[in-house]
Amino acid sequence: MEKIVFEQTSGLTDVPMRYCPGCGHGIVHRLVAECFTELGMKEKTIGVAPVGCSVFADEYFNVDMIQGAHGRGPAIATGIKRNRPECLVFSYQGDGDLASIGMAETIHAAARSENITIIFINNAIYGMTGGQMAPTTLIGMKSSTSPYGRTIAANGYPIRVCELLAALDGPVFLERTSVDKPAAVVKTKKAIRRAFQYQIEKRGFTLVEILSQCPTDWAMQPLQSLERIRNEMIPYFPLGVYKEPADSKSSVMSDEPVVAEKKE
Amino acid sequence: MPKIQVNTARCKGCELCIPACPKDVIGLSKTFSSTGYYPATMVKPEACNGCKLCAYVCPDVAITVYK
Repeated sequence: MEKIVFEQTSGLTDVPMRYCPGCGHGIVHRLVAECFTELGMKEKTIGVAPVGCSVFADEYFNVDMIQGAHGRGPAIATGIKRNRPECLVFSYQGDGDLASIGMAETIHAAARSENITIIFINNAIYGMTGGQMAPTTLIGMKSSTSPYGRTIAANGYPIRVCELLAALDGPVFLERTSVDKPAAVVKTKKAIRRAFQYQIEKRGFTLVEILSQCPTDWAMQPLQSLERIRNEMIPYFPLGVYKEPADSKSSVMSDEPVVAEKKE
Repeated sequence: MPKIQVNTARCKGCELCIPACPKDVIGLSKTFSSTGYYPATMVKPEACNGCKLCAYVCPDVAITVYK
């Protein structure tokens, strides 16, 4: 008798995702949806969709969503959380959204230690608008606005968001992960789950940065783009936990679902 | 017997699942799906052990794993 050991979580809708083949957004959508479903918060989760490729995230997540103005996700999430403190509030943002136009909102939400979770997708490029250079674009990386490669003289250095925020006292949990291989995907899920858990425990600001591939705007095959994450992105954006609560070792972080998923 | 089922309406043939499989079970289909991609399919069904690694990396949540 065959038993289903893996299927689509009820935290996602049946709408097929319109991302390009091989895009990392779909993986992270699934992980976020699995995390809030397993924590038993599906009915009490409110998400903020960004401007960017994931602007239609509200169609894919099976929870209440608001689509925010460009970069204003943390400000909108702040408003939701302060009015609905019992809800799990997350803002899903890309690097153009969070690290460029939304940098002020991000830093101030972190400094206030707002009790929200930010899922930050770092693919080092503006995806939706056509592959322009983002604040996280690597030195030498070609984009449509740096056709000969990003240079320090003209464009400065890429921003490392986790390290930047770790300098503040406000953030409670900061971790950078990637989605380039199955083990990394499992780690990413643990990080997202920890962030949600800390938010439920009302500890404060949590952010998970996920290095993700953008095969289309990197002009690569999906499998080639995974190589770029491993060989170029991870050396510049080292993976790991940048901030965690002092008692994190003792807190229970099991992988078992808190609430078994109900079949509808 | 362990097996995977690919939802061809969601699969975009990105091939991320192919190197993720330690048993080389997955390959691309030779026929188009309704969305115009060559979807993933089992080319060595007897080797599948239901480890779910392909489903972990699938960006389109197209894979259901049975064991």
